[in-house]
Amino acid sequence: MPAKRENKTPMLERNAKLRATDFVEVNEGYSLAHATFEAERCLRCQDPVCVAGCPVHIPIPEFMHQVAAGNMPKAVEILRSANPLPAVCGRVCPQEDQCEQKCHMANLFKPVGIGYLERFVADWERNNVKSKGIKKPTRQQRIAVIGAGPAGLVCAGDLARLGYPVTIYEGLHAPGGVLRYGIPEFRLPNDILDWEIDLLKELGVEIICNVVVGKTLQLDDLFDKMGFSAVFVGTGAGLPKFLGIPGENLNGVYSANEFLTRINLMQSYNFPETDTPLYLGKRVAVIGAGNTAMDAIRSALRLGAEEGMSIYRRSEKEMTARVEEYHHALEEGVKFHWLTNPVEIVGDDNGWVTGIKCLRMKLGEPDESGRSRPIPIEGSEFIIPLDNVVLSLGNSPNPLLVNSTPGLDKDKHGCLVMDKDKPQTSRKWVYAGGDAVTGAATVILAAGAGKDAAATIHKDLSAVA
Amino acid sequence: MPKIIEKRVLTPITKLFRFEAQMIASAAKPGQFVIVRVREGGERIPLTIADFDAKSGTVTIVVQEVGVTSRLLGAHEEGDNILDVLGPLGEPAHIPPGGHVVGVGGGFGSAALWCLMRELKERGDRTTVILGARHDHLLLLIDELREVCDNLELCTDDGSVGLKGFVTERLQQLIDGDGPGKPDHVIAIGPMPMMRAVANTTRDTGIPTQVSMDPLMIDGTGMCGCCRVTVGDEVKFACVDGPLFDASKVDFDEAVKRNKVYAKDEKRAAERQQKMMEESANAS
Ligand SMILES: Cc1cc2nc3c(=O)[nH]c(=O)nc-3n(C[C@H](O)[C@H](O)[C@H](O)COP(=O)(O)OP(=O)(O)OC[C@H]3O[C@@H](n4cnc5c(N)ncnc54)[C@H](O)[C@@H]3O)c2cc1C
Ligand SMILES: Cc1cc2nc3c(=O)[nH]c(=O)nc-3n(C[C@H](O)[C@H](O)[C@H](O)COP(=O)(O)OP(=O)(O)OC[C@H]3O[C@@H](n4cnc5c(N)ncnc54)[C@H](O)[C@@H]3O)c2cc1C
Ligand code: SF4
Ligand code: SF4
Ligand code: FES
Repeated sequence: MPAKRENKTPMLERNAKLRATDFVEVNEGYSLAHATFEAERCLRCQDPVCVAGCPVHIPIPEFMHQVAAGNMPKAVEILRSANPLPAVCGRVCPQEDQCEQKCHMANLFKPVGIGYLERFVADWERNNVKSKGIKKPTRQQRIAVIGAGPAGLVCAGDLARLGYPVTIYEGLHAPGGVLRYGIPEFRLPNDILDWEIDLLKELGVEIICNVVVGKTLQLDDLFDKMGFSAVFVGTGAGLPKFLGIPGENLNGVYSANEFLTRINLMQSYNFPETDTPLYLGKRVAVIGAGNTAMDAIRSALRLGAEEGMSIYRRSEKEMTARVEEYHHALEEGVKFHWLTNPVEIVGDDNGWVTGIKCLRMKLGEPDESGRSRPIPIEGSEFIIPLDNVVLSLGNSPNPLLVNSTPGLDKDKHGCLVMDKDKPQTSRKWVYAGGDAVTGAATVILAAGAGKDAAATIHKDLSAVA
Repeated sequence: MPKIIEKRVLTPITKLFRFEAQMIASAAKPGQFVIVRVREGGERIPLTIADFDAKSGTVTIVVQEVGVTSRLLGAHEEGDNILDVLGPLGEPAHIPPGGHVVGVGGGFGSAALWCLMRELKERGDRTTVILGARHDHLLLLIDELREVCDNLELCTDDGSVGLKGFVTERLQQLIDGDGPGKPDHVIAIGPMPMMRAVANTTRDTGIPTQVSMDPLMIDGTGMCGCCRVTVGDEVKFACVDGPLFDASKVDFDEAVKRNKVYAKDEKRAAERQQKMMEESANAS
């Protein structure tokens, strides 16, 4: 029976001092005892609002019930039926804005630790369930997926489960999208990601890396020359924004994408064992205060920066990072300059960053986004001395594929234009989902979009088969 | 993993590789490049496509050994596989047809001019290549280039062959009407000082001039911004907007500085590699 306990069972975390020097995961996960204890808190509501808060509609009460009963294989089955990337989502989902925000328990007490339990069950599966060998497709119509981020991976997995032969084309040398090149290992270890991807391969999904569609192949080649029946576009939002202020090309200035890619995908933290270097000085600032900014600045501290700070033109209240990430950053010693707007990056004669010139801001009336508009305070200019500036101002969809594909329409933000009734682009048999459609969003929204598209592709193909 | 089917040692530190890569060979156009990774944990380095043949499905690159990755690649032999090859990347060269095109090359630049000049000649342009090096034995692919252009002009610092002097001196003579005559279009590929000198030579002549910028790169798809180059008032990503840019507008000062970010690290890594190579040589 559900047990009334007000507080969420805490997750063990590695000591902030210790963890701030390496890339080992911060959260240590639940034990079996912790997991069943926490799952017992779920009321198994008649109207499980938590499910509505989850973009892939995991049957949360049923899955809680199985965990509470200690029936892990059944819990795995329920979880997998709804979410093909549970080990990832249990770690990086902004649960506090989704399933857990909606949870009835949250009205009076703390919500049930849905994300922690999802992670626990997925890790249990990883440690206890053996490979079932590679599944063979049972259908004729072949499907191509462009991009191996969460949207593409999930779409491919669902289609493979339905029996379709699926091939994913990925531009980089390793699959995973942002999960691989963006999110650092202290939040999402590479072997967890590798394991989720291996499970997809067991479903029969073929992943071909080092192919940029729009360059190596054209989208039309996939139909005309290669005989695919449908294509899913999951190319993400990988185009970094810059401020357009003087000094952005000085040495020591990085986009967060470059900074994190060097560290995660290229493993520069092992240089010179690995071959890609990273230039890191003593004082490092990240411009912005979202998840990407936290990942970048926490990585900088782990790599030996003496001071790490975030410079943000709005206030703490408007910051977009997940609460958990913000707290971890504070614990690890990241400083925050709120209401501070960079106007120029300054450097020395040899082209190296020496600091950043900023204006102090105050909050004015709310703008279109509903957030208070920051207004500069005149004469408040000051310089923060720095060795590195990491620009984390957000990303927009990468235009490469759209620009090289006739008939594939995008809107003024570069996002793919979609049919109003289903996840289809302006081209027939070309579907899409994830950040390429929405602009930068979340892993689980991308996964949900991949799932919806797989269902639509199956329906449309069944209609013509 | 693309398999190497031909290796030629052009100079002690310059190697030509032809490898099997049907998709790249079918899609490639002159002016584009590939990104190569040669070992797990290895760096991604950009290399110009020197030649390609859709029929046999092969691509040719010429690599100059300057650091850890290029040296590792240089040690590959026929029959070996290259771990990762991505391409073709970047925008192909766009040159209006019908004119006299002068290609200026130094170092691996002669390789980059190879397929470009052939294409231009095949479509009926008049083509001249000016190649420069310190000594004659450092001039690369002379026979191949002679086949694909109307005039091949050689320059060496020591006068061991051709004109004694820099490529820009010969270029200036052509602009003044000497030899094959005034260019309608100039394209320079090679070391940054050479490209900058070419840019300065044609700057006030009104002759459209392109240079192939070689900033540091990672993904090559426009995702990281590592390859930023300032062209006029705009910041461009060389991997998707280039690598060819209007020479008169490129900020060479910035480009030179940006390519030095990792000089210390590269030196450290190269010394470590050298030591490991010596140790393994001693052990065997
Ligand atoms: C640093 C960082 C931290 C984040 N943290 C979180 C978090 O904690 N929680 C959360 O929910 N979300 C987080 N996000 C957002 C989340 O990662 C994205 O919303 C999600 O990855 C989008 O998935 P996607 O599949 O649409 O695209 P992506 O993950 O961007 O994957 C797209 C893939 O397509 C490939 N590709 C692109 N173009 C082509 C082409 N033409 N041909 C072939 N391949 C191509 C790319 O190389 C890439 O691998 C974070 C994002 C960043 C950058
Ligand atoms: C579009 C493009 C096309 C290129 N085509 C070719 C080619 O066809 N053949 C070829 O040999 N090289 C080419 N290069 C340069 C090549 O990518 C670099 O030489 C290579 O990355 C060096 O890697 P490394 O690990 O061997 O040396 P590193 O250890 O990285 O560097 C060693 C030395 O080389 C210098 N260097 C590093 N990167 C570059 C660079 N991008 N440009 C110039 N100097 C650099 C460093 O400053 C250092 O002095 C090209 C570069 C670009 C951007
Ligand atoms: S996938 Fe995300 S939103 Fe859905 S239940 Fe899990 S943590 Fe919550
Ligand atoms: S709303 Fe909360 S308590 Fe109710 S079923 Fe969902 S997780 Fe359990
Ligand atoms: S190399 Fe990353 S954007 Fe050009």
